[in-house]
Amino acid sequence: MELFWYIVLMVMLVTYIILDGYDFGAGIIHLFFGKNDKDKKAITNAIGPFWDANEVWLIAVGGVLFFAFPTLYAVSFSGFYLPLIFILWLLIFRAIGLELRGQLKNKMWEAIWDKSFGLASLLLALFFGIALGNVVRGVNLGMVTDGVSTHEAHYFFLPLWNPTFSPNAEHLGIIDWFTLLLGIISVVALTIHGANWIIFKTNSSINERLKKVVFNLNIVLVLLVICSVFVWHYVDPQPFKNFMEQPLLWVLPGITLFGLFGLFNVKKFKKHGLGFLFSSLFLLGGLSSTVASIFPKVLPSTNDVNPSLTIHNVAADDYGLSVGVYWFIIAAVLVVVYMFIQYRVFRGKMDDVGYGEH
Amino acid sequence: MLFYDRMQFAFTITFHYLFPQLTMGLALIVVYFKWRFLRTKETVFNDAAKFWMKIFALNFVMGVVTGIPMEFQFGTNWAKFSELTGGIIGQTLAMEGMFSFFLESSFLGLFLFGEKLLGQKLHFLTGFLVFLGSWASGYLIIATHSWMQHPVGYEILENGKFVLNNFGALFSNPWLLPSFLHNQMGSVITTSFVIAGVGAFYILNNKHSKFGKLFVKTGVIFGLISSVLAAFPTGDLAAKNVVKHQPVAFAAMEGIFETEEGGSEIILIGQPDVENKKLDNKLAVPNVLSFLTYQRWDAEIKGLNEFDESLYPTNIPGLYYAYHIMVGLGTIFIALLGIALIQLFRKKLYSTKWILWLLVFMIPFPYIANTAGWYTAELGRQPWLVYNLLKTADGISPNVSSGNTLFTLLGFIGLYLLLGMLFLILAGKIINKGPETSKEI
Repeated sequence: MELFWYIVLMVMLVTYIILDGYDFGAGIIHLFFGKNDKDKKAITNAIGPFWDANEVWLIAVGGVLFFAFPTLYAVSFSGFYLPLIFILWLLIFRAIGLELRGQLKNKMWEAIWDKSFGLASLLLALFFGIALGNVVRGVNLGMVTDGVSTHEAHYFFLPLWNPTFSPNAEHLGIIDWFTLLLGIISVVALTIHGANWIIFKTNSSINERLKKVVFNLNIVLVLLVICSVFVWHYVDPQPFKNFMEQPLLWVLPGITLFGLFGLFNVKKFKKHGLGFLFSSLFLLGGLSSTVASIFPKVLPSTNDVNPSLTIHNVAADDYGLSVGVYWFIIAAVLVVVYMFIQYRVFRGKMDDVGYGEH
Repeated sequence: MLFYDRMQFAFTITFHYLFPQLTMGLALIVVYFKWRFLRTKETVFNDAAKFWMKIFALNFVMGVVTGIPMEFQFGTNWAKFSELTGGIIGQTLAMEGMFSFFLESSFLGLFLFGEKLLGQKLHFLTGFLVFLGSWASGYLIIATHSWMQHPVGYEILENGKFVLNNFGALFSNPWLLPSFLHNQMGSVITTSFVIAGVGAFYILNNKHSKFGKLFVKTGVIFGLISSVLAAFPTGDLAAKNVVKHQPVAFAAMEGIFETEEGGSEIILIGQPDVENKKLDNKLAVPNVLSFLTYQRWDAEIKGLNEFDESLYPTNIPGLYYAYHIMVGLGTIFIALLGIALIQLFRKKLYSTKWILWLLVFMIPFPYIANTAGWYTAELGRQPWLVYNLLKTADGISPNVSSGNTLFTLLGFIGLYLLLGMLFLILAGKIINKGPETSKEI
């Protein structure tokens, strides 16, 4: 039962990252490459009718996490207190940046909300990457000092950083060089992803330029990914253990590489959606390989006193999890129908949808 | 520290709920305008719907961005509560995300941008689905709330965790339906006053008079119906739930310190003096409370004296005022809208200036009444998070220091003040500009 909900949760998380990821990426592109009003308009049109429904995936991930793994939800949300609240604030700035810009015709007003949308998107991409880094690295569960837990065995609290910025320090921080590396990978990957979405959904004049951007950033991304694989053993001495035991899992890194190298053909794609498909595959493969490498752990312990959190010791009871399957399946079918309708109505290029013209 | 955690939750939820109450009611009324348009083909209804959709879109964004922090705060600030009860309230909260938010958000995009693509009938349908999603969200949140007020279908394990043993009980909870309907009526009241107030503003300004009249009429009729239904039967049934399951909270709400032989009086005004267990400067009508509660003039209502002080709600004066503000305002709403309806029948409403002025000034008051109603429910439950089973003080995150909580509380206050100002400026701009008249289709 736990395994079922774990897979559900991961599928939903990947869906969230792929969907809202293109919104973040579009925001980053908007910040750095949206020079004139027409380009900016094209970018916001491409995500306008979707971003809100995409953000719902985050709420749904939170809801299912709360319902299926209440202990993990409670412990990680309180332990990562500050970054989570920052994410909430950034989501607010992202949303009002998008939605309020068109409400007044004034250069200063528009400039403020453009920056709000762009910077919030950039920081959100960074924070989600850092969050993934924290999960892989693990935390000091029970806040052990000198071999003694100072808190209940599964609780912890992390400050934003520790003075050494090291993932191996006794007192960890949210941001260290390892989590920051994952944060940067996330920014680069989502920028590529967002650019692909814009190429897919608009006839904007910056599309040709964006193809070059995707190509160049992809070189950076490959280098960063290689770099991360080489330093991974600092946080997890045996990152390939699960893959050795379950060779089928090699499919996941395979998907990552397929997506990554597929993107180098960006300039040759005839169909505009292909680039988006490849960057989605990269995100799917990258995220699932990462969580698979620590499975069945969901939050490793960095001390020897308290055990890591696994899907087994953080799950809700069996009755609740079983009864949830019924309503979840109904809801999931409905969600697929809604998405089909939504993307069907707003199919094709979005340049003229009139988003933000209130 | 408990104080900051409670302040943060109270502040963020109070601010948040200013928006959904208009979202839910406005979804209903916009769908009503669309429906009238489909039936009559009179473009004034479609233009009215389009105008309110602008306010709806702005209001919806505010509701969404202030709503996500609510779900996250269960984990960030109330970790112990989440850990212990997540197996139960996680059900209804996850269902809210899966069933209502997806529905609402997927079709909102279609509703706001899809009129040309979809045609009128499908456009009406997307509006209806947005309405359905927003009300389903209210239903599932109140199902969660009802479980905290009146826990059902659970057992408690040795380690203190609550586990679900009857899923159906979450929805057959006797607390749920009266609270839900009462709350929805409150949301329609807010929307009615907003619509009537904006309409009255147009009539008094001699602009958009055609719309002004439509808005005033619609607002008065919807407002009167929902105000009456909020009092009876929904409010009445909700209060009877409190009498039955939380008698000590009921005594505090009504300000009854002593059980009265031969029936209890209803207190209209007065200031509770908890230390001396009495009410100062009270204005009361004998025996009415007994009659309202049990339909017998001499029925006994338990006063606070019957309960141990350790069971008292934490903030008795706050609870008493919240309840009296809600009931007092509700009574005023019925009276004002009743007079307005009489004037409407006499075809004099649009020229009765004092009513129009009052309608404009009344816009904030249903917001206050809704907030006071929620404070009644929440303060009545204190000191419990899960009534009689889990104390609020035992629900907070044990690992988050008060300095961190105060930091984020201050941040939320600053950010939400900004959001509130932006909302008022932009809503004011939309209202001042007014609806646009389209050509006949």
